[in-house]
Amino acid sequence: MSMIQGLDNNSLAENVEGNQYLTFLLAGEEYGVDILRVQEIKGWDNVTMIPNTPDYIKGVINLRGTIVPIVDLRARFSLETIPYGITTVVIVLRVNSENGSRIMGIVVDAVSEVYNISDEALKQAPDFGQAISTDFVMGLGTVDDKMIIVLDIDHLLNSSVLKAIADQEVK
Amino acid sequence: MSIDISQFLDTFYEESFEGLDTMEAELLGLNAGEADPESINTIFRAAHSIKGGSGTFGLMNVADFTHVLETLLDEMRDGRRDVTQPAVDLMLTSVDVLREMLTALRNSEDIDTARVADVHDQLEALLKGDADAAEGAAVVAEGAAVEVDTPEVVKSSTRGWKIAFKPLAHLFKTGNDPVRIIKELSELGPIKAVADLSTVPEFDLLDPEECCLAWDIELEADVTEEQVNDVFAWVDEDCDLVIEAMVSDVVEEIAMPEAESAALPTLETVAEADLPKDESMPDAAPVSEEQAKVEQAKPVEVVANKQSGVAAKKPQAAESGSIRVGIDKVDALINMVGELVITQSMLNQLGEDFTMDRVQRLQDGLTELERHTRELQENVMQIRMLPISFSFNRFPRLVHDLSSKLNKKIELKMSGENTELDKTVMEKIGDPLVHLVRNSLDHGIESPEIRLEKGKPETGILHLNAYHQGGNIVIEITDDGAGLNTDRIREKAIEKNLIGKNDLLSEEKIHELIFAPGFSTANVVSDVSGRGVGMDVVKRNIRDLGGVVEVKSKQDVGSTFTIRLPLTLAILDGQLVRLGDETYIVPLVSIIESLQIKAESVSTIAGGAELYRLREEYLPIIRLHEIFEITPVNTELVNGLLVVVEGDGQQAGIFVDDLLGQQQVVIKSLETNYKKVEGLSGATILGDGTVALILDVAGLVTLSRERIKALKNQAAVA
Amino acid sequence: MPTILAVDDSASMRQMVTFTLKGAGFTVIDAVDGVDALAKAKTAKVDLVLTDVNMPRMDGISLIKELRALPNFKFTPILMLTTESGTGKKTEGKSAGATGWIVKPFNPAQLLATIKKVLG
Repeated sequence: MSMIQGLDNNSLAENVEGNQYLTFLLAGEEYGVDILRVQEIKGWDNVTMIPNTPDYIKGVINLRGTIVPIVDLRARFSLETIPYGITTVVIVLRVNSENGSRIMGIVVDAVSEVYNISDEALKQAPDFGQAISTDFVMGLGTVDDKMIIVLDIDHLLNSSVLKAIADQEVK
Repeated sequence: MSIDISQFLDTFYEESFEGLDTMEAELLGLNAGEADPESINTIFRAAHSIKGGSGTFGLMNVADFTHVLETLLDEMRDGRRDVTQPAVDLMLTSVDVLREMLTALRNSEDIDTARVADVHDQLEALLKGDADAAEGAAVVAEGAAVEVDTPEVVKSSTRGWKIAFKPLAHLFKTGNDPVRIIKELSELGPIKAVADLSTVPEFDLLDPEECCLAWDIELEADVTEEQVNDVFAWVDEDCDLVIEAMVSDVVEEIAMPEAESAALPTLETVAEADLPKDESMPDAAPVSEEQAKVEQAKPVEVVANKQSGVAAKKPQAAESGSIRVGIDKVDALINMVGELVITQSMLNQLGEDFTMDRVQRLQDGLTELERHTRELQENVMQIRMLPISFSFNRFPRLVHDLSSKLNKKIELKMSGENTELDKTVMEKIGDPLVHLVRNSLDHGIESPEIRLEKGKPETGILHLNAYHQGGNIVIEITDDGAGLNTDRIREKAIEKNLIGKNDLLSEEKIHELIFAPGFSTANVVSDVSGRGVGMDVVKRNIRDLGGVVEVKSKQDVGSTFTIRLPLTLAILDGQLVRLGDETYIVPLVSIIESLQIKAESVSTIAGGAELYRLREEYLPIIRLHEIFEITPVNTELVNGLLVVVEGDGQQAGIFVDDLLGQQQVVIKSLETNYKKVEGLSGATILGDGTVALILDVAGLVTLSRERIKALKNQAAVA
Repeated sequence: MPTILAVDDSASMRQMVTFTLKGAGFTVIDAVDGVDALAKAKTAKVDLVLTDVNMPRMDGISLIKELRALPNFKFTPILMLTTESGTGKKTEGKSAGATGWIVKPFNPAQLLATIKKVLG
């Protein structure tokens, strides 16, 4: 079942400068990802488990013929995991690395809005502690008094894969 | 008009590379002294084509280089030059140089001009080396750019020419037409032509196929005699031609050749010393043609080079992105797709107004659909299939070069070159094959002296063979060399802790150890086959292709390496199995049998590993849920089934809950978006859209055996 | 429109020649060697033949001889495509019945000029 959420452009700020971010909710916080990296948004569907993978890698799904791995962000950030529900959504992203690009999906609580955040408005993020490495965060943005944690998708997801490989080798 | 011929460059490059391959193959076949004339002709033609084409397309450096090579070959095919081994070797090197040149030109890279010049000089040296006066003259004549049929008679400016043109009777039969020639003459200047009917016979004796006319022509033009002669160049031997300069208005009688030479001195004295003006010359005249050619050649070259600069900068990748398909195959596909479309629209229609009484038609339609899809699938797969000769073809050269480098006498035999396999598989099997062949040449076949000592013929034989077996292609590399030294391998393996000192292994098992990582029994690190670390890489590469490699050897008799590969990478026949909630696919080709587990046949050894006694063998039982860390529905062996598989040369039994159906699955890569997972060789999408994982049998078997070994060691230590 | 039979074992040459001639309005039949050309000649109406000399199976000289033996080709212009070093070939070709020759390498303009001259 695939549900493409309408992207609301009304909340675009007047200034054309800056980048657009798709924001989503995760454990009460609002996070943002570069809209240009978002390939699609799907509802949660059954996933095929892959053996010997960390718990935050839920498994893989079939996306129109391509095998796409799904990462549970709550688990990745060592947050409490919740059962999936109707609003649970998978955001399919294009992740770049020096070896090329891959398609990966992240499981989030719900999708929020699309905001325009200029580069200047993006502030340096403070240390969040162990779980969310500052490597994963591009910066903090403020929209309508809300704090948006803008994620560096490439770092976050590529490292997830690498960590999975490393974990396996340790075993 | 300017026609851009650089669009044909790609074709030229392709056919030139093919031509070079042909040259190489034939050159390797030439045994000095026993030169097969047809073979030399073939080589000549290939060089000739490359020279002609490169000239036409403005690649003058290639044309110049090939010219010397072609001259050598021309002499050889005429019997004017002996086919010697050094000559053959030099020509083989020339083939390499040409390949490099063409590749560089194609990729818009720089040509190694030093190397080209060096080999060119060697060719010239060979050419001049034993050239006698006659040959020397011929070479000199060929070197000269200008080609002159008639001696150049330098005439100073003249008012014109009187030409007596009498075609011989057979002129028409050469396809020439006097009128056409006279017309061409008129392009040089105004002419007055008078036909001479004196030799025309009576009408009833007239043969329309024979020419009986002649003409006296006056050409008023300030041109050279050579230019006039050029108009008649093609019919030189098919007519009587007398040309004399005109200085006065008096029409002279048709002069006979003797008379002309008498007249010459007087004419010459009268002639003025004006330099002849540069006239625009008709393109037919050879001399002017030469000039025009030179002028034309430059722009063409510039255009060609620019074109190659702007055009694709695609690097010469080892894996090419295109494939040649016979048009009949394409037509067959088009037909099949057509049928598929018809069936689909029929089903569509059926679906629109469906009632239960039409179920039968629906089923029929679906059967048709399945049939068409399968046909289409088989035919499309066929397109990717190429004969293995494409891969084998590099070996004659390789064996030739290596055997001379190693000072060994080796004969290469190849069979089954027509056996087809998937293009990508073939590209990837190339390196492993090369390594195995090099290994046989380096470590396998002995030097001629040693072979004689052993009572073997001096020349060693290396045999490459390929054939289809089941759904696989089998490639065998056999040599009659020294074979594997079982004892030495055993020692080395013990040294490297691959086996225990007291381990009892069959000879076969010991031989398999050569594929273990880090294994090498070569005494000297030879740069031919490297340190011997290649064997485990070879095995791994073959495994990545879904294949296996084995060795059978007998000391002093020889060795045979056998590679088994699936015919295609993309599809496999799979057995669906259920384990817990998950469905997995076991490649059918790896399954030996499936059976109900009998409790009595299960034994547990130290450490918890389980073995199953099947007939005479003990198979390790692979509990997937343990390896994969999933919760099983059922842990009792007797409630499940054992799928006996073979992987990596070993057998094992996979414990599953249930056997589901068998089907062909399309292999999807896990690595594209994720990574390689131990124990899995990929994934597939089932009919219901869900993802099922494909088990890597060889990997699992190895994993389980290692687990058992580890447990045994633990137990031993405990 | 005159029909030209172009014979050359080199695909790039055939392509170039065909392209040039078609562009000038000629109908072109191409053949890969003498055997191919002979077969095609027997069933087509050809106004001019262009043939390479060095070809496998049947070379240009042999082709010319065979063509001249056919009733339809007794007087057809047949031009050889020959390289400078083929002086001997020209004589051989003429003995076989060739009309004339075009020296390789040539460019499209030269080719067309020669053909127009011959066909009038």
